[in-house]
Parts: sequence; structure tokens; C-alpha cells
Amino acid sequence: MTTCGRRGESLHQTFIKMLFYSFFKSLIGKDVVVELKNDLSICGTLHSVDQYLNIKLTDINVTDTEKYPHMLSVKNCFIRGSVVRYVQLPVDEVDTQLLQDAARREAQQQRQ
Amino acid sequence: MSNTLESYVNHLVSVITVDGRNIVGTLKGFDQAVNLIMDECHERVYSSHRGVEQVILGLYVVRGDNVALIGEVDEDLDTRLDLENIRAEPLNECKT
Repeated sequence: MTTCGRRGESLHQTFIKMLFYSFFKSLIGKDVVVELKNDLSICGTLHSVDQYLNIKLTDINVTDTEKYPHMLSVKNCFIRGSVVRYVQLPVDEVDTQLLQDAARREAQQQRQ
Repeated sequence: MSNTLESYVNHLVSVITVDGRNIVGTLKGFDQAVNLIMDECHERVYSSHRGVEQVILGLYVVRGDNVALIGEVDEDLDTRLDLENIRAEPLNECKT
């Protein structure tokens, strides 16, 4: 019984991750700002995303003044999903109702 | 579009580690865990009171856990950088 429950949970976790993975895939080509856990904020065009929510950005520039000249010669980058704190999205690019509904459905399925 | 580091292989990359270090070198290999093989690396140490120090490292394997960001370096832009005159605080470490 316990084993079944744990397997169900990890299957469900896969579906939860797929939701945000799919969400990010729908934003490919849009401009986003990724804030990392080391406080670095990077603006760029979303090029691709993977199952770990690793993000590839193109045409980047570091926001928050050039207090961070560490990336002056970098135009494209790959950001490990585990170090992302926030991904800032323009309001018009996200259908929040749709996202909310999808997340609510996930939460309901979890309870079952 | 499949998201791998393949397009960066054999290119000059700048890796920012979770402890705030900047390692520059040629990416030779990687895996799903973002473990990296970097050749001819050097660490760029930034300081607020003196220019950038470059510490030669050689051939390195960097464990994926420690990688925060991998930047593809534009070598033209990079050679034009005046590292001696750049003053900056070192990067913060990643805080969970």
C-alpha cells in the first residue's frame, strides 16, 4: 500500500513538472528576466527549456546596472534550473486564467 | 528545440559556480547532470580595488551540482575586454 502510494506520488510529481515544462515551452521566443539565487538578474529571449527547467537564453543582458561586468562578453547562456529564483514574464504573454485552471486540476488530482 | 549544451561544445564558455566563482575555458563535454569537462581553464577573480586576476587551472571536471550558469563567450568581445581596468565585487553565492 505504502509502495503504491509513493509510486503514485512520484508519477504525479512528473505530471506537475510537465505542466511548467509545457508552460515554458509555450513562452519560447518571448523575452523574460531570470533572477538567480545569487541575485544576478538576466534579461534575454527564451530559447529553450528542458524537463529540469534548465533555461537557455539568447541575446542576454544583465539588468540591475552593470554592477555585474562578469558577463560582458557573453551573448547566450544556459541556466541550471536549480539556481533559478524567479522567472519574470510580461503580463500580456501569460494566460493566467488558463494556468490557474491547469494548476487547480493538478491539485485536485493529487488529493485523489 | 532540444535544450542541450551541445552547441557550446568546443566553444569558449564562462561558467559561474554556485559559490560565485567565474571559470572560463573550452567546453569539451557534458552530461544530463550538467557535469562538465573544461579544457584550458582559468578562473577570473574580480575585485573592487584591483583589476581582474586570471588564475590558470588546466583541464577540469566540474560537478554539475556546482554549476549555476554557463555562458557562451563571444571571443571577439572577450579579447576587447580591458580586464585590468574592471572593478567589481565578486559574485554572490547562491542562497537557497
